[in-house]
Amino acid sequence: MAPLASAQPAPQAAKAGAAKAAASVVEATLKPPHHYVTAHMKAHALSMAQMRQQNQEAMAGWPIMPAPPLHGPALQRQRRLLRAWTPRKPPRVVHRAADAKAPIPLIDGVQPVLDRGRWFHALLEQLEGRYLPGRNTDFRWEGQMWYGTDINKFMVKSEGTWAKGVVDGGIQQFLYSRAISPYWDFQTGIRADLDSGPADIWGAVGVQGLSLYEFELQATGYFNATGVAARLEASYDILITKRLFLQPEVELNFYSQDNIKRGYGRGLSDIDGGLRLRYEFWRKFAPYIGVTYEGPVGHAAWLRRHYGKARRIDTGLGKNLRFTFGLRTWF
Amino acid sequence: MIEGRMLETGLQPLAFVSALKNPTPSSVLWRAVAATLVVCGAVLATTPAQGATDTGSHRMSHGQRRASLGASGFKVTGHGRHLLRTGGIKGPYLPDATRYDLTMPYRSPTVLDVTAQKFTLDGKTRVALLINGRMPAPLLRWREGDDVTITVNCHDDMPMPTSIHWHGLQDIPSNQDGTPGLSFAGIKPGESFTYHFKVPQAGTYWYHSQTGAEMARGMYGPIIVDPKGPSPYPKAQRDYVLVLSGWTDVIPRELISNVKMYDDYYDFDQRSFTTIPEEIKTEGGFWNALQSRLLWSRLRMTATDIADVTGEVYSYIINGIAHGSKAGADGWTGIFSKGERVRLHFVNAGGMSLFDVRIPGCAMTLIEADGRPIQPVTVDEFRIAPGETYVVDVTPPEERPYPVFIQPEDRSGYAIGSLTPRATWRAPVPPLDERPTRTLVDLGRLPPGERAPLPPVDDSALAEIDDPGPPPLNADNQYVAPHPTDRTDDPGDGLRHVPERRILNYTMLKARFPAPGQKPPTREIVLHLTGNLERYIWGFNSRKFSDSGPIKLKQGEVVRFKVINDTIMEQPLHLHGLWMQLENGQGPYRPLKHTIIVQPGAVARFVVQADNPGLWALQCQLIYRGLMGMFRAIEVK
Repeated sequence: MAPLASAQPAPQAAKAGAAKAAASVVEATLKPPHHYVTAHMKAHALSMAQMRQQNQEAMAGWPIMPAPPLHGPALQRQRRLLRAWTPRKPPRVVHRAADAKAPIPLIDGVQPVLDRGRWFHALLEQLEGRYLPGRNTDFRWEGQMWYGTDINKFMVKSEGTWAKGVVDGGIQQFLYSRAISPYWDFQTGIRADLDSGPADIWGAVGVQGLSLYEFELQATGYFNATGVAARLEASYDILITKRLFLQPEVELNFYSQDNIKRGYGRGLSDIDGGLRLRYEFWRKFAPYIGVTYEGPVGHAAWLRRHYGKARRIDTGLGKNLRFTFGLRTWF
Repeated sequence: MIEGRMLETGLQPLAFVSALKNPTPSSVLWRAVAATLVVCGAVLATTPAQGATDTGSHRMSHGQRRASLGASGFKVTGHGRHLLRTGGIKGPYLPDATRYDLTMPYRSPTVLDVTAQKFTLDGKTRVALLINGRMPAPLLRWREGDDVTITVNCHDDMPMPTSIHWHGLQDIPSNQDGTPGLSFAGIKPGESFTYHFKVPQAGTYWYHSQTGAEMARGMYGPIIVDPKGPSPYPKAQRDYVLVLSGWTDVIPRELISNVKMYDDYYDFDQRSFTTIPEEIKTEGGFWNALQSRLLWSRLRMTATDIADVTGEVYSYIINGIAHGSKAGADGWTGIFSKGERVRLHFVNAGGMSLFDVRIPGCAMTLIEADGRPIQPVTVDEFRIAPGETYVVDVTPPEERPYPVFIQPEDRSGYAIGSLTPRATWRAPVPPLDERPTRTLVDLGRLPPGERAPLPPVDDSALAEIDDPGPPPLNADNQYVAPHPTDRTDDPGDGLRHVPERRILNYTMLKARFPAPGQKPPTREIVLHLTGNLERYIWGFNSRKFSDSGPIKLKQGEVVRFKVINDTIMEQPLHLHGLWMQLENGQGPYRPLKHTIIVQPGAVARFVVQADNPGLWALQCQLIYRGLMGMFRAIEVK
């Protein structure tokens, strides 16, 4: 008995030692990652010392086991626990006290920077001839220009097709454009269907911007007394080389009702798509070649077949897929 | 007309320089005169020159200048070879006064005439805004503690008002700082403004226009301030100033308009179909390359966005000389003899380019960073951001020409000068390094386990943290780095994987002396550097300058700025008027800087002792980013 007793530490001492070791294991595994946790803990009813004491008492009779190495879900759980336990905002944080939105006393109102500039830009996305041997050839333009600040702009969008002295499919829009997010502009204004055919006026509301994966998108809804319409435009730039771009592009028009005079039908009315290969000699001078497809579909195609000739509206049939040569330019 | 005005100001001829180059009887006479002046100067040196009142003090006689030089540590031995050369581009009516000689009494101009003027670069005549008809503007050489009076005349032919900002003279009064709107109203065409201040400290600095983008049109020049007491540096036999920049004929408004419309306007080196094999190699497999492409595409940014304006339109120049051009076929030239210690003062006055500087075959010993002496550190290459200045000592080991090779970070061009034993010998052009690509580190997207923890800093006295939290995503900001890292030990994109060279990083900068009166900061201000590349809007905390108020500091307060770069590009932050003590792990020997590169996806921390009252600017020194909103006012009162 005696040698055994002398070899073993006193039970009380063993208990205390075990509790100490267990506490250190707990501390090691639950060590807060941030220095300010200490400050937070002080604010609690229990001090660190008191908690340690409690832990020791609670674990007094427990067997001593090494803490298992944490991995996988256990590690995640522990990190989650720590995150929950760690106060997100330490109490000494004052929000935006230094970086306030107060006016700066500028001398004579002189701005040291140019970040309030107004800019004018015009982009002629398509300035092209569409051509099919032995068939009709026509000339198409589509572009937009705007003037304004970084946030607020006045914008004009224009498109149309010119063939044999007749302008067809002319849609002119006068819009107020406002930047609402990093990549998206909200636009509202008027759309005027102005060309050689009968005129029409719509109200317009839409968005324009750069979507995930860098698709250029425009989606606009239109409304007037006769119904509603929508238009979706999308394009993408694929770099073949540093200056050679392949650009698929599509434009879809939807209407809620037929309009025989202007040659559109309810539902998806017409498609205008293209695959253009452009070379940017410099950014503002980029000629291209490509193929384009343009034509009415569904109900509109039926309408045009039946009424188009009588109304002297270009039926657009039989020449849908054409060679295209053009220039993309901006300034 | 200009000539007349310059004669009036006593700036003109420096005829003795050419006389020295081509010895004639008259030059012998000049030497005799100079020797006499040296003797007189030694006598005059006993009377303190800085005691003179206001405008008189800078008009010392040659002898006084000589005496002050002698006391400055730039004391010379008299064999006439201590050339200090600046300047290459001159207006057509100006004399060939590009060479300064330290054996001669130096004269700094006291009047700066700002004009829109024709000049010749690359054999073509262009129009620039020039100070005293030169680009870079003349070297201003002052002595620590001097009372300086400089009159800036803005001529009638200037298209807009102007201003001169003394970049790096941190301790001058706020109203002499030269920031329009914050210090004064600017100098309108036909008007003048007289700056008057006491030169606060020795070192290499520079000056430039702070109005609009005038700096990009040629309005910048170097400043060297000699110490009042003994020089902290060893004696150098030769001393050259190299002002690095780029010139483009594209006028700033058009340039901004171009990048506003299309942010990649000047980036013709993007990932394309033909670069896929290369990407597979660098990213380590097809799958990784695809993942990387998809990530960048999803984020609507490009991994090749290194610089807004590239060599596509920039001619990179050293002291106004472009390499390979008709006018400066030989580029900048510095002469050395074998075994000499040559001191090179580098100033990056380029508007939009971070330059990587190296002298292949010759190690450089950095002795001064941003005007403040540092403990010497020997490197083969260093990166210098716009606004920064470094002074390096080199001792070329062989009797052969060495290229001083300067390439912008995006490797879209280069500038080269020659350190050569003979004026006719030219150094070969080394190949350009590989162009870097932005990675997860630049996006601040390293997983938390893999990133280095922020090194500890002294926040014992920190009572308040001003943290606005992650900035909102709005029209002004397109991205927030989820896990920004500390990158002070990172030499920067494009320099990390060059094992054969020693490359400078910010942790190597250790101040020569602990800064006086360093106290632990009592407040921490968190600032996010944000921007929208797509719209070319830049700012702090998702707001550009005109939508924000001043950052208010109490006079005497010590504040830590924790700057988080949420953009994918380097932002060289410049603080006017107050030193930034960069926390780079050097404790009390942390370097004092006026311009700090904040790397993409990085956290940079610096302490500011707010002891200089007034309105100061905290800005991105990349000129168009500063102008498009990355600019804040700091109010100390």
